[in-house]
Amino acid sequence: MDFVATIAIDGLIDASWLFIVAVGLTLVFGVLNILNIAHGNLYAIGAYTAATGVGWYYTGSGPPMLGYLVLVAAALAVAVALGPLMERGLLRLFYERDEVLLVLVTYALFLILEDATKLIWGPNPYYAYEPYGLLGDISLFGLDYVAYDFLLVGLALLTGGLLWFGLNRTIIGKLVLAVIHDREMSRAMGINVTRVFVLVFTFGVFLAALGGAFTAPKISVQPGLSVTVILLSFAVVVIGGLGSVEGAALAALLVGLARSAAIHLMPSAELFIVYLVMAGVLAFRPEGLFQRTALRKI
Amino acid sequence: MTAVLETRSLHKSFGAVVAARDVSIEARRGERLGLIGNNGAGKTTFVNIVSGYIKPDRGEVLLDGADITGLSPRLVSRQGVSRSFQIPQLFATLTPEENLLIALGLARPGGLSSWRAARAQALLDELEPLLSRFGLAPYRHHVIAALPGGVRKLLDIAMAMTGRPKLLLLDEPTSGVAAAEKFPLMDVIMAALEDTAVAVLFIEHDMEIVGRYAERVLAFYDGRVIADGAPAAVLRNADVQRYVTGVNG
Amino acid sequence: MNAIIALGAFLALALAGFLLPGWLVFLAVVGFAKGLVALGLILLMRGGLVSFGQGLFYCAGAYAAGLAMRYGAIGDAALLVASGAVVALVLALVIAPLLAGYRGIFFATLTLALSMIAYGILNKTYVLGGSDGINLRAPSFFGYQPPNSAMANYALFLFTSAIVAVIAALMRRHFDSMSGLLSLAMRDNEIRAEYLGASPRRVTVVNFLVAAGLGGAGGALAALALGHIDPEFAFWTTSGEFVFLAILAGHASIAAVFLASLLLELVRSFSSQYFPNSWQMALGIFLLLVILFLPQGLGSLLRRRRKPRELPIASRAEAPP
Repeated sequence: MDFVATIAIDGLIDASWLFIVAVGLTLVFGVLNILNIAHGNLYAIGAYTAATGVGWYYTGSGPPMLGYLVLVAAALAVAVALGPLMERGLLRLFYERDEVLLVLVTYALFLILEDATKLIWGPNPYYAYEPYGLLGDISLFGLDYVAYDFLLVGLALLTGGLLWFGLNRTIIGKLVLAVIHDREMSRAMGINVTRVFVLVFTFGVFLAALGGAFTAPKISVQPGLSVTVILLSFAVVVIGGLGSVEGAALAALLVGLARSAAIHLMPSAELFIVYLVMAGVLAFRPEGLFQRTALRKI
Repeated sequence: MTAVLETRSLHKSFGAVVAARDVSIEARRGERLGLIGNNGAGKTTFVNIVSGYIKPDRGEVLLDGADITGLSPRLVSRQGVSRSFQIPQLFATLTPEENLLIALGLARPGGLSSWRAARAQALLDELEPLLSRFGLAPYRHHVIAALPGGVRKLLDIAMAMTGRPKLLLLDEPTSGVAAAEKFPLMDVIMAALEDTAVAVLFIEHDMEIVGRYAERVLAFYDGRVIADGAPAAVLRNADVQRYVTGVNG
Repeated sequence: MNAIIALGAFLALALAGFLLPGWLVFLAVVGFAKGLVALGLILLMRGGLVSFGQGLFYCAGAYAAGLAMRYGAIGDAALLVASGAVVALVLALVIAPLLAGYRGIFFATLTLALSMIAYGILNKTYVLGGSDGINLRAPSFFGYQPPNSAMANYALFLFTSAIVAVIAALMRRHFDSMSGLLSLAMRDNEIRAEYLGASPRRVTVVNFLVAAGLGGAGGALAALALGHIDPEFAFWTTSGEFVFLAILAGHASIAAVFLASLLLELVRSFSSQYFPNSWQMALGIFLLLVILFLPQGLGSLLRRRRKPRELPIASRAEAPP
């Protein structure tokens, strides 16, 4: 029983940050039709920025709990700095051309940002452990967990909830849904599709950076993060269905649990269990667990 | 002489909608048959069944006596049934010449060769008469997207004719074509088909076209054939007038 | 005709390989090997399918050759390359039924997943070398064992050039043939092709198998050139490079594929030598520049959402309805 609980809880925690990151990727695809391979780099930049911010903040004498705000601020900074720049500055040049080309452009961006990150922050790991221990420990099913990990779970739930609310109950959300559903019609009806694009893309960057910022306290922030993250979030997005928020949630859980199970039961399978799951799902439902239009129903 | 096409009691429903009800007709070699009827009357379903796109729930389709019921479009076309499409189905990034070469290549034995050049002499020899019959020669190297609608229709039909079919199904050949162009278009089509023995079934909404080019007319309503005969007689038929043409008296 | 051009190209390459410095010749071998894989991918793309997982076959070919050399005591280059191609082909035969029904981005992601599974498995399988891989010794050529590394380099180059010349000629023949044209047609309108009597599934499978075979052959050649095999051969970035090469070269000119591949190796080599900490960035910038400024290479390959080509239209220029 303990074993199952361990796998389940670890899987849930893993799924949380994965959801936050992957839902950004899937939203960007749903609205802009871009499969952003550089999404993992944005996560990494978020993590590095947060680590730097945290490092700076905790040398001062501000209240320790405000450190969490630093994490959020880091994500916001990355989003604002890079989102509009990437979308307006580069990606929009390829909208009239083939989807595959856009993927290649984001692949080129991945290569560029990978080295740029290394050039800016160097090859050595960064740590941002202060916020990690602030909330103390929790005991569940007789096992000890760091309470921060459940903050992550809470953050994921909050993100999911806000997204649902935002997409379904606000005007902007309706506009976004309209664009996802039919870009041409939306344009014809007067929706400023360009603005929606920039907004959604920047929001996607924010989510990636947020995932990175809030994971930073748990890990050592070093080169190579982006590759792991993009591989995982890509798998989640494909399993869940390109463009589906519900799908991203379910798939994140699936992937989180699969990885957790692999780590505890057969560590050597960790690297490919995710792709096995992905291939398995695609073999039966090539469009993923939820189709894009499911987005309307949340 | 056996009919080139014989259908026996074809029946097809899509859920609650019965699209074909006990359709039994015959078409003879070289005949020009017009199919009329309102939208949803069953003309397109009929054509789809005969060309293999849909399997009927009941009934048979016989081509020159051979049972082709339920065969896939690919096999049906190899048996000698070709069709054109209401919206011309062309290979959009290739030239009209290449479109026809592919159709020819697939229709001749050894067509899928990786060795024989696409522009092999044998195929080119067949290409030229085809181009000129259908008036396509001036357009042979043009971009499909820039072709006038009528030319696209002709290309679509020319491609269907490469297989030297026994039966040709034309799905609304003049739809989408400007009114003044309809007759000239049909003239070209019928002239191109003239010395072949192919039986032609064409779906049409324009009664003038039907009256002028069809030897025989089948009127569809509610999945059933409600009239079958010479155009003048069918068009005067009371049921046809009530359910199809809407002409009074 | 093709045969004469191919022979001429081979002789020109043989001469060039003799005159040019060893490091360039080595890069050319690696470039040509990858070019073979990219050529197979172009074949697939002409039929409308993009594979993001050709690394699977590239890796399969490399490992087939590497393991045959290490554990099978086979040293002949021709045998090794052949075994690479065959193993990749068999692998493709096994997975083709799974893939043949899919198109577009689903086909792409499924191939990606399969290649990453292979990567993951190889990484953790220590018998096959694990993440370190296996080192290979120099191969022999029909009984001839080169006495020193310079000769080995040149011999491998000649061997590779010969293979490339033959394959290029065959491919050119195929592209100009009816079945080559058919692939293009099916990419445009699969249903019409079916109505004309073609079998899209069959064409897809054949293209897939040939692409796999070429991938395997390329992988084996690369393995022999690099003297090393490791799971990176199946990593998604490797597959991504093949896609990039295919895009860069376009589907019209076969020579362009190998030229592009050589160019890519040069850029990579140059960048990693002079900007070791930012060669990836250099590569990325190179990619972006190519995508932005080389439409002729990119032109006909990606037609799906393109605007129609501008061609002069003679006389009756009636507007389409």
